Amino acid sequence: MFIQTWFLPFLLLATATVIAFPLSRYMAWIMDGKYRPLPVFRWFEEHLDSGPQNWKQYTCSLLIFNTILFIFGFLILALQPWMPLNPDSKTMLAPSTIFNSVVSFMTNTNLQHYAGDQHLTNFSQIFFCIANMFLSAAIGLCALTAIIRAFRSSSTLGNFFVDMWRVLVYMFVPAAFIIGLIFITQGSPMTFQTSHSLSTLEPAAMGTTDTGEAKQQTIVVGPVAALESIKMLGTNGGGFYGMNSAHPFENPTGLSNFFNALSMMLFPFALVLMYGRMLRKFRHSLVIFSVMLVLMTGTIIWAVYFDTLKPNPTLTSHPVAKTYAIASAVAPGGKTVVSTPAVAGLPVDQHLGNLEGKEMRFGVSAGATFAALTTDVTCGAVNAESDSLNPIAALSPMVGMWLNCVFGGKGVGMVNMLLYLIIGIFVAGMMVGRTPEYLGKKIEAREVKLAIIALLVHPFMILMPTGLFAATDWGLKAVSNPGAHGFSQILYQFSSASANNGSAFDGLGVTYGFWNAANPAPEAIAWDIAAGLVMLFSRFLPIIAPIAMAAYLGAKKSSPFGLGTLRDDSVTFGFLLLGTIVIIGALLFLPVAALGPVAEHLGPIPFGG
Amino acid sequence: MNNVPDITEPVQKAPSQRPLRRVKPRGLLEKETAKAALKQSFVMLRPDIQWKNPVMFVVEVGAILTLLYIVQAAWGGAASQEPITYFIALDAWLFLTVLFANFATALAEARGRAQADSLRKARHDTPAYRLNAAGAIEEVSSAVLKAGDRVVVQAGQTIPGDGEIIEGIASVDESAITGESAPVIRAAGGDRSGVTGGTVVLSDRIVVLITSGSGDSFLDRMIALVEGAIRQRSPNEIALTLLLSAFTLVFLIVVIPLWPMAWNAEQYMMGYLGIQQPLKSLGTDIPTLIALLVCLIPTTIGALLAAIGIAGMDRALQANIIAKSGKAVELAGDIDVVLLDKTGTITIGNRNATTFLPIGNNLAADVGQLAALASAADETPEGKSIVRLFEKQNQTVTAPQDSKFVPFTAQTRMSGIDFPDGRRIRKGAPDAVIKFVEDNRGSIPADLNSLISSVAAKGATPLVVADGNQIAGLIVLEDILKPHMHERFERLRRMGLRTVMITGDNPLTAAYIARQAGVDDFLAEATPETKLAYIRKEQAGGKLVAMMGDGTNDAPALAQADVALAMNAGTQAAKEAANMVDLDSDPTKLIEVVEIGKQLLITRGSLTTFSIANDVAKYFAIIPALFAGTLPWLGVMDIMHLHSPTSAILSAVIFNALIIPALIPVALKGVKYRPLGADALLRRNLLIWGLGGVILPFIGIKLIDLILVSLHLVN
Repeated sequence: MFIQTWFLPFLLLATATVIAFPLSRYMAWIMDGKYRPLPVFRWFEEHLDSGPQNWKQYTCSLLIFNTILFIFGFLILALQPWMPLNPDSKTMLAPSTIFNSVVSFMTNTNLQHYAGDQHLTNFSQIFFCIANMFLSAAIGLCALTAIIRAFRSSSTLGNFFVDMWRVLVYMFVPAAFIIGLIFITQGSPMTFQTSHSLSTLEPAAMGTTDTGEAKQQTIVVGPVAALESIKMLGTNGGGFYGMNSAHPFENPTGLSNFFNALSMMLFPFALVLMYGRMLRKFRHSLVIFSVMLVLMTGTIIWAVYFDTLKPNPTLTSHPVAKTYAIASAVAPGGKTVVSTPAVAGLPVDQHLGNLEGKEMRFGVSAGATFAALTTDVTCGAVNAESDSLNPIAALSPMVGMWLNCVFGGKGVGMVNMLLYLIIGIFVAGMMVGRTPEYLGKKIEAREVKLAIIALLVHPFMILMPTGLFAATDWGLKAVSNPGAHGFSQILYQFSSASANNGSAFDGLGVTYGFWNAANPAPEAIAWDIAAGLVMLFSRFLPIIAPIAMAAYLGAKKSSPFGLGTLRDDSVTFGFLLLGTIVIIGALLFLPVAALGPVAEHLGPIPFGG
Repeated sequence: MNNVPDITEPVQKAPSQRPLRRVKPRGLLEKETAKAALKQSFVMLRPDIQWKNPVMFVVEVGAILTLLYIVQAAWGGAASQEPITYFIALDAWLFLTVLFANFATALAEARGRAQADSLRKARHDTPAYRLNAAGAIEEVSSAVLKAGDRVVVQAGQTIPGDGEIIEGIASVDESAITGESAPVIRAAGGDRSGVTGGTVVLSDRIVVLITSGSGDSFLDRMIALVEGAIRQRSPNEIALTLLLSAFTLVFLIVVIPLWPMAWNAEQYMMGYLGIQQPLKSLGTDIPTLIALLVCLIPTTIGALLAAIGIAGMDRALQANIIAKSGKAVELAGDIDVVLLDKTGTITIGNRNATTFLPIGNNLAADVGQLAALASAADETPEGKSIVRLFEKQNQTVTAPQDSKFVPFTAQTRMSGIDFPDGRRIRKGAPDAVIKFVEDNRGSIPADLNSLISSVAAKGATPLVVADGNQIAGLIVLEDILKPHMHERFERLRRMGLRTVMITGDNPLTAAYIARQAGVDDFLAEATPETKLAYIRKEQAGGKLVAMMGDGTNDAPALAQADVALAMNAGTQAAKEAANMVDLDSDPTKLIEVVEIGKQLLITRGSLTTFSIANDVAKYFAIIPALFAGTLPWLGVMDIMHLHSPTSAILSAVIFNALIIPALIPVALKGVKYRPLGADALLRRNLLIWGLGGVILPFIGIKLIDLILVSLHLVN
């Protein structure tokens, strides 16, 4: 059981770490432009290169590019009924859902308030989903490269369009091609066909009465393998099917599950080391890498321990009834007694842990491992039902999204880490008696200001909407559970949106469906708009402010390293960074953690009474 | 070559000269200062003043809101399950938090002001004899002098202020300002008419037109800065204020949505209990949420930040250093390279003759006698030391009657004596004396050059003595290293600083002394231009350079250096160019300046860490209390086992308030700096202030809770 449980997470972490070393060297080589392009590519590169850009030009290019991406995505989805590859005559999604989905894919979030297999045509899957998955993933990497160049005190941050080209052509396309082939060998469909119709022996859908006749079932297919590879490599996470990586076509076998998980870790792992290689501070990046690895290992162990090694509390017996006295103005004596009854356990064998919502073909700990990984690297693909994780185990994916720097998404995770790092160095740097400096450059008011703007957005975008929705019908009517679990659903949705993650506690009623849907979820429009806005703000402010910060910092005079300088490549520094992340993270999110997962864990079973 | 006046040597100090004043370190709480500070802390409650400290302003707003809530509740407005005494106690502690913070700032300001006052008093304590319009002389204090006043100063009197002689001629002892003991002649008209306050007229009588009034002199402007009247916040303090404001904002973001979230929990519990009556928990209680906010925002460092900065200036002042801005003190902590004058810093005063080396058939005593005779008219310190050395070894020398003394000049670089019988004795720089001998058709001994080199290689300076056309021998002049300099440089090295010795000596001698003293580098044969170039070169490499100087020729380099410490005994030009002035004129003060700068930052960083780390325990006290009425199972989080929800919240607020006065001594004295290297220092401070900051409040809050319970102050 020990090996069955821990082998997969260990193998994943080890493989991704080993690959990160050569891959980071390759990425640095590409982003530094040291390669020699093929003649065809050279023509493209020469025409794309609009010249060296300063930070304002670079961010402007980035924003304009995203605006075009937004318009393009909106048009594709809005015009879906009239686009090719639509044999099933799928119609248009609700406008609010289109807004949400376009923002979601543009921001690399891939929060899906729709189900791909039901609501999208293959044309939309290819030209909206896949296109966005390549492009939006590249944006974060470009931003990180720009920041590195700024730190290197280069007068220019490079050219956004050339960077974009390099990431796409030399990294994503070849990698996606290889991973896609692996998925095809494992059985993922790769076709322009939309569906197969066949007769089943059993009734097609659950819950329909068995009339003893064969039913027609529609099996949706499409370019699944192509979408799947970049979905994972680009830490996008938006599934072809509503079931995401739990679906047997998206993730057919245990092996494909390994590659699914591995491919979302590859680039986030490697680009931390790329950061060090490009800055010629490899040891520094190794320290950052180790801190991230420690945090990631922690979240995986937490999730696996509380989910795979602990039974599902709703099925387990709670032999002792508990009573609590709470203050009450109206009750006699000023106290009301709350009692949680004793519950008898159900006759279920639970030695494999909590199996609710798990795909057993991947192995016992695969669901919990995947849930932790996917939120750490802000991928958002899931191979098990997050909503069904044991309450306290669900804290792990939430922590991954709250910290948002445990490797994190491509580029942006590292950028978030830089913000923690700047704040940590600012406070700790003073403790060694020097004006705090990073890479030899003094951190002063302007850098602090930009770092905290970027850092403040995330908690603001999680906590404020969660509070708002927790106390209004928007939230109360959307949740599928009362009390702490319902609160967790709201909290998880906004955490996922703000971290640009995209996974969700399903059960939250956020799907409107087609514009003419008969029975849409009652609060779907509010959720579409709120989550869309959260994704938008949480994506671009934390990219722009750090680029500006890096540009201002890079322009400063660099002071040489001395005995009195804080070393940025020591174990002490690693602990400082780890401490900064843990303390800031805890201070921001401890109250909501208490109200959601912790209250659910400690509270009565079944929750809700 | 060696008797050339060394431009890097400071002008000599009169042995009798004392520092202008010395501020005695005061006790932390002097009754008068504390009283003034107490009053000031109430004045500072005014919103327009409190606003300058954003963190404490938020606390004040919270306290006022709570007060309004209490007034409303007293009129039967708000309904709460908690007794009104709970809110009154809460509000009282919120106001106390603000007052404690104001007291810390006011105390630091008052202490600085008291010191500056005594400084100014000492400065102005001279009587002045003012000429009034009628031409009569009246005695006034120098403190009341204004620009345009005319004063009469006679022999033995102190010139009461900066000014210009408009009548008369006098010899003036300017040693208090320049350190030069030889009196200078100052006369009306021409460019030698300027006089400086604090200097003493030795002879004659002059009338001085005061050019800068009382309170407007160079020193006065610096005093004003110290007082905090024109206090400017340093870049680091501004950045930290921003960070603290951000943390305040962060916790607003955390606390505001707690209200609807707590409401959500109330709705849930009503459903769970199946009751219709509204359930009210502390989580939707505004004053309690304000208390939570106040506990979480960094009030500790927010309260002490201003005090830390003022206390840093104050500590500099206690070390008898006047900094022109807080920025300069803070910058001192960042210094990478320190330029130190050899003379006066590394070596004691000037070179001394230590040995007479004979050449050929001469005896050492003969060489000594010749050297002493040749130096009889040499007034340079080296010349005097030669005579002293000979007299110590033998008897007094007397030159024959009618001898002619040849004084030392920068051109000849020799001094000597011409006897009536035509015998000519000379001593001086080797090349000059050799030329003198050769001109007299004498011969140069073959081993002279090797002897000269061997003396120079040992860090000593050789002078050659000639008797007519015969080379008699050498005089060895040696520098005497100050005791314990090696340890001090070692300390600087461990602080991460590189020390560079500046000297006018030749490279050979400089290298030897540099090695002896343990400095890292040296700049030999320094001129004002080479010093400036050296500083610029280091700065181009991103280094921050500190330099001390006292002469007018140091001024360009002082102006270029990032931290420039001028001796108070130095010239006005040097003091103007520097950003700090050392009243003791002690060149090793730079070490103290660097430590004060580092201490300032360390104190800020440590208290910030402490303040943030404190929040962990407060969460564990307050979160279970907030939801005790709605999610009672969260009581598991109450690891301190506090008595009741209200006592938990009160204990956290009281701890949060009391920690401010408890840390005032740390803020004013500063966290001790230890030259351990950055990593060890960081580990140490992280353990003490970070880990300590996490653990201490758990104990503190529990203790306060126990006290509240034992006094029956909470239910």
